[in-house]
Amino acid sequence: MILHQDNWFWTDDTLVFGFMPIGLFWHACLSIAASVTWFLATKIAWPIDDETVKQLAVSPSEPDHAARHESPSEVS
Amino acid sequence: MSPGVPQLIIILVYLSLLLMLGLFSSRLFRGTREDYQVASGSIGPFLLLMSMFGTTMTAFALVGSSGEAFREGIGVYGMLASSSGIIHSLCFFLIGVKVWKFARRNGYTTQIEFFRDRLDSDFIGLLLFPVLVGLVVPYLLIGVISGGAVIQAMTAGLAPNIEMFEVLKPDQTIDRALSGGVPPALGSLLICVVVLIYVFFGGMRGTTWANTFQTLVFMILGIITFYVIAGKLGGQDSLWENMRTLSEALPEEKSTRADMSKTKFFTYLLVPLSVGMFPHLFQHWMTAKNANTFKLPVVAHPIFIMIVWVPCVLVGVWAVAAYGSPELRPPGPPLPSNANTILPFLVKTQTGQVLGGFLAAGILAAIMSSLDSQFLCIGTIFSNDVVTHYLGKERVSDRQQVLLTRLFIIAIVAVTYLLSLGNLRSVFALGVWCFSGFSALFPIVVAALYWRGLTAAGAISGVFGAIISWCILFYHGTKVPLSEGGLSEFVLHLPIGGESYEIMPVVAMVASSLFTMVLVSWVTPKPKPETLAKFFT
Repeated sequence: MILHQDNWFWTDDTLVFGFMPIGLFWHACLSIAASVTWFLATKIAWPIDDETVKQLAVSPSEPDHAARHESPSEVS
Repeated sequence: MSPGVPQLIIILVYLSLLLMLGLFSSRLFRGTREDYQVASGSIGPFLLLMSMFGTTMTAFALVGSSGEAFREGIGVYGMLASSSGIIHSLCFFLIGVKVWKFARRNGYTTQIEFFRDRLDSDFIGLLLFPVLVGLVVPYLLIGVISGGAVIQAMTAGLAPNIEMFEVLKPDQTIDRALSGGVPPALGSLLICVVVLIYVFFGGMRGTTWANTFQTLVFMILGIITFYVIAGKLGGQDSLWENMRTLSEALPEEKSTRADMSKTKFFTYLLVPLSVGMFPHLFQHWMTAKNANTFKLPVVAHPIFIMIVWVPCVLVGVWAVAAYGSPELRPPGPPLPSNANTILPFLVKTQTGQVLGGFLAAGILAAIMSSLDSQFLCIGTIFSNDVVTHYLGKERVSDRQQVLLTRLFIIAIVAVTYLLSLGNLRSVFALGVWCFSGFSALFPIVVAALYWRGLTAAGAISGVFGAIISWCILFYHGTKVPLSEGGLSEFVLHLPIGGESYEIMPVVAMVASSLFTMVLVSWVTPKPKPETLAKFFT
């Protein structure tokens, strides 16, 4: 949130690489940094453990669940 | 070839491809309600990423972003795009994964099913139903009206004579930028029929496939459009020289955020929280094959936003530089007065008809990739949360539920189309208000997932807090004169230490919902232990 509120570049009209206004460049970098942060979050703090993932792959609430997950027509 | 013909051919070919994709996906339909509404929870990471990204990006991502950058400068990227990259992924991570877990365990398809079960209250469903549908319908209308307008603008000049399908400006002269194009009512009908067919036959699987195809189309075409326009605008010998020349000619207020309120920029961060309560996105979450399927969308979403938005924002500000400087000004007509037509205008004047046709297809792709999910979602809500819920699951077979969902989809498409025929241009100002309304409900979904102390009365009061604050602020927003930007420019003023700070109305809505929910939850009886056991073990 602090990095997003970049008051330090608010009125800075420097051009990065000669064409990219620094305010836009900063926020483009922030988008990349967000992806990296979320990548780390998926590795370190993923909210569901592997045991639950396995358990939910065959849910007791859906009788056809197991059959469904073995179906050859699953997409992707 | 007469003007508009190549564009029309490309649009028709594109729509035919979409239909074929939807109809092909219907061949994999297994005949069950779950398969129709959530593709039997079989969607993998790539398709989930593309469908969720396509659903959250509307035509605004291509056309509105360049238009807003033209008006406000480069600051719109930070305010609207990089904030969304951070917040959307946060919602997928904190809400999507957890909701998916409960839905998979307990068999939910819609948000209302989740809230009814979590709060052990039937009334919360009755209350949320009109609120969610009411907030989605204007969003649908924006898509349908935009689709008709894009087809008309891109096929202008198609009619054999200017009197046919003529459009008049406010001063009653002929508007040549639009005259002769496919009439908006016909264009909107075409969009509605195409989306209806592939959603009707393909259900969620068809929608996901179509979304993936459309997301690829608008991302690729956005980059190509940027490359071609940047290569021409500026009049230099190379793309690199053009980019440097145009950026050096930028006025300070466009290359910086000198004219942008810092507090408005900061408080805008609350608007993207809306994705946490989008009912159509909730339904997409339910399609995930397993919890790990969410990892790719969580990671890649901010980068995808950057890929689409940065080129559009640059083109928007470069248009100011090119047309504002006598040395750089390209030959041809002056810039249009409507900022939202900047990108189509540049495509028309700086590129050929074929790229114009492809860009039209790209914009339609962005529009339709949101429309399809919303139509399917509303049909599912009507079928599951109204008819099946009140008739009883035992009295409605699986096949009847599929039929009901399909019938409701036809009905909602018909109603949306008929509403779009009215004079509803002001509906565009509702965009940010719809998002703010969903954001106001965000504290309730977070509390439902993470706070054992949330009570049904607390959640219901929170929804009322959101509705009442939304209505009061909306009423005040309608009082803003059009000359000052009207409803879309309404902000609150927070006086601190003799200074007045602009803040987005969404702050008051979220605060109102949050405080009401917490306060009432504290003083009302706690949920039953067996209810809590289902969600907090």
